[in-house]
Amino acid sequence: MSERACDACMARSWLVGRLAGHLERARSRIEQVLALGVDDLIEAIGGRETARLEREFEALDVDRFRSRSYAAGLDAVCGCDPGYPVGLRALAAPPAVLYVAGGPVDLLGGESVAIVGSRRASPYGLDVARSLGRGLAVSGITVVSGMALGIDSAAHAGALEAGGPTVAVLPASADRPYPPGKRALHRRIVAGGAVVSELGPGADVWRWMFPARNRIIAGLAAMTVVVEAGERSGALVTARLAQGIGRPVGAVPGRVTTPQAAGPNGLIAGGACVVRWPQDVLDHLFGVGERTVHEPRREPPPELRLLLQAIAEGHETAAAVARAGFEPESGLAALAALELGGFIRRGAGGSFRVVP
Amino acid sequence: MLARIATFAIDGIDPRHVWVEVDIRSGLPAFTIVGLGDAAVRESRDRVRSAIANSGFDFPQTRITANLAPAFLRKVGPGFDAALALGVLAASGQVPADALDAYAVFGELSLSGDLRDSPGALAVAEGARRAGLERLIVPRERAREAALVGGLEIAGVPSLRVAADVLTGAAPPPLPPLPASQSTAQAAAPDEPDLADVRGHAAPLLALEIAAAGGHNLLFEGAPGTGKTMLARRIPSILPAMSRAEAIEVTRIHSIAGLHASGLVHARPFRAPHHTISPAGLVGGGAPPRPGEATLAHHGVLFLDELAEFQRSSLDALRQPLEDGCVTIVRGQRALVFPTRFMLVAATNPCPCGFAGAGDRCRCGEADLRRHSRRLSGPLLDRMDLLINVERPTEPELRARPETSSAHARDRVAHARERQRFRLSGCGACCNGEMDAGLVRRHVRLEEAAEHALAQAYAVGALSARGRHRVLRVAQTIADLAGHDRVTRADLLTALSLRQRGDAGTTLAA
Repeated sequence: MSERACDACMARSWLVGRLAGHLERARSRIEQVLALGVDDLIEAIGGRETARLEREFEALDVDRFRSRSYAAGLDAVCGCDPGYPVGLRALAAPPAVLYVAGGPVDLLGGESVAIVGSRRASPYGLDVARSLGRGLAVSGITVVSGMALGIDSAAHAGALEAGGPTVAVLPASADRPYPPGKRALHRRIVAGGAVVSELGPGADVWRWMFPARNRIIAGLAAMTVVVEAGERSGALVTARLAQGIGRPVGAVPGRVTTPQAAGPNGLIAGGACVVRWPQDVLDHLFGVGERTVHEPRREPPPELRLLLQAIAEGHETAAAVARAGFEPESGLAALAALELGGFIRRGAGGSFRVVP
Repeated sequence: MLARIATFAIDGIDPRHVWVEVDIRSGLPAFTIVGLGDAAVRESRDRVRSAIANSGFDFPQTRITANLAPAFLRKVGPGFDAALALGVLAASGQVPADALDAYAVFGELSLSGDLRDSPGALAVAEGARRAGLERLIVPRERAREAALVGGLEIAGVPSLRVAADVLTGAAPPPLPPLPASQSTAQAAAPDEPDLADVRGHAAPLLALEIAAAGGHNLLFEGAPGTGKTMLARRIPSILPAMSRAEAIEVTRIHSIAGLHASGLVHARPFRAPHHTISPAGLVGGGAPPRPGEATLAHHGVLFLDELAEFQRSSLDALRQPLEDGCVTIVRGQRALVFPTRFMLVAATNPCPCGFAGAGDRCRCGEADLRRHSRRLSGPLLDRMDLLINVERPTEPELRARPETSSAHARDRVAHARERQRFRLSGCGACCNGEMDAGLVRRHVRLEEAAEHALAQAYAVGALSARGRHRVLRVAQTIADLAGHDRVTRADLLTALSLRQRGDAGTTLAA
């Protein structure tokens, strides 16, 4: 483990963790509060415990705290280190220390794009998030997201599918999967990318940590893309934070009647970049045509083309099979062939969708 | 004076030989029954007294003691009435006592002296033959059923009076005529659901045929109202006809459970218990232990609709029956074995709201879907070879002519089963659905193109190691249906399209 976090920053990081419960009261203005210096922070948040917190802070054994994070397998990098992600310095309150599971820490310095969105996503949104993640990963872009249910996880999964690096920013502690059900995904990201967080090992999850986490996502990424988000989604918080530090925001348009499309459609109405596929992101970041997505797009065998088209037109699977002129038996085999070729995917309820 | 007469108690689904001993002595008029009977046996005293009086006999005004031997066996139900009444008549000299030696007697009495329909006559007949008895008296309604057991003279009698006449030497009344629906033994009853009633559902119909041909357990998935239950009800009609031994076994079980009127059961059972069923209701149990739905579905189909709604404990209880083909119930010092060889068919909604995949109606988030699939996961799904997705048929399909009929499908199934029996003879399995990993390796032969497709499916993560075996089993059945010696690429791809989603090797979001 490299020694990349100075004592002062580690101490401050410890303090934020120590104050986790107290900070819940300041949830609505968490960015301003986290921007305070150590003494001001204790005074503003500590309340009746101020004196005790000051004593504890004075008596803190930084080395012991540091060894705990090493024991949990976390790398720590602080703002004073040259390896600290440049993007985060633009934030009003950059995290003093970033804890990293997996690695390497340099990963965080590369070109990266955040893909965020609703936890209650539609199958369409999940497909799009996944293909964006895959397309950007094959183009050498690091996909940043929050490992939440729905869009976030789909974006990570897409990037992992392409073997590309991906970074998950967790609200509490990087060594503990959150949500707990994403244990498998957490393991894969640690192996093939990095999981980072602002809080040290063993921290509990509090509600203020989610907007705080979102600011790290916005800071790490050169551009933030919202795939699906309801009107009150945290993904819109991330988009606002990104706009606040002058980063471009993209949004995937959705059907105007779908509630999850309200967020991105609203962003587009407000001037956000329209993202239809990964190429749109590359064009916006690097200029039109400067870089192209290197995803080998294979053609389906000629006898399956009609079937693929019928499914793409949105027919129910059985109807699509009939429309493409297949007998039931050869139709089932044809569906399996398309699925194996990666052209379609079976969703809940057994109906097939075209992989975007 | 003492009289002794043979009858049978039903213990689980097996007959147990019971002697009814009746002793008449002088003393104050009393009628006591000893021998570990339940409430129905105790009440039997009053039925017997009235039935004897109302049949024109005298009920002895002395001290009567009846014993049901062996005394340790718990005796349940009203089936001992007739034996007790005839025992009293013999002990009081109103029928010849020595005539009783060759007879077993079974049936419930009404106060008028009529013999009432009593369930379990077939089991009693089997017991009587095993005990070496020559003649059996049963209620008239059950005579046909009891006559299924060869080597026994069956007297189906309407009343106690006629039973007494038979004992004194009168010719037993002829067997009642068969009900019209059973006069042609082979033809299925006309009201049995047939595949010809199905419109559309081309892929599910094909999958049903595959499941029936290979004896594969299967899971239906689809939105409410798409026809999952309708399709499941038609599975018994395409399974091969039961052998006589199987039919007798089913008749015995159903007779004991009181489900079956008379004669031999021809149609394979179809049981669809409601999802509130308890573990004991599903696999058998209670005191005294009774067969559960799994046993009632023996040689037929057990259909669990809304699989996700069943209690976890009920589904877990199905594991042993599925694995072993029988369930052992231990109560007190006794262990009872109920047979449970059934085809398991289950249906479920794809998500809590039921509309996943059907347009934009589904509003379930990832967390809801996870919760839903967790309810389904586990060892039970492990035993399901096929996943069939049922979609709403389209309007033109609803107007079209039927695709197939049960008779047609049954022929194809029988043909495929014949091929399997030939291939698997002597290795313990009788159909592809029963092949374990070793048998799959030994018997499933793939064409080169099929090998290639299988390797590809495994490589892209569409299959787990366990799922691979399931797909191979199903592919073999598809090849058997098509008459292929080796599994072709198309056979394998069809099997892949019917695999469970949980078989994916990698866990991806959504």
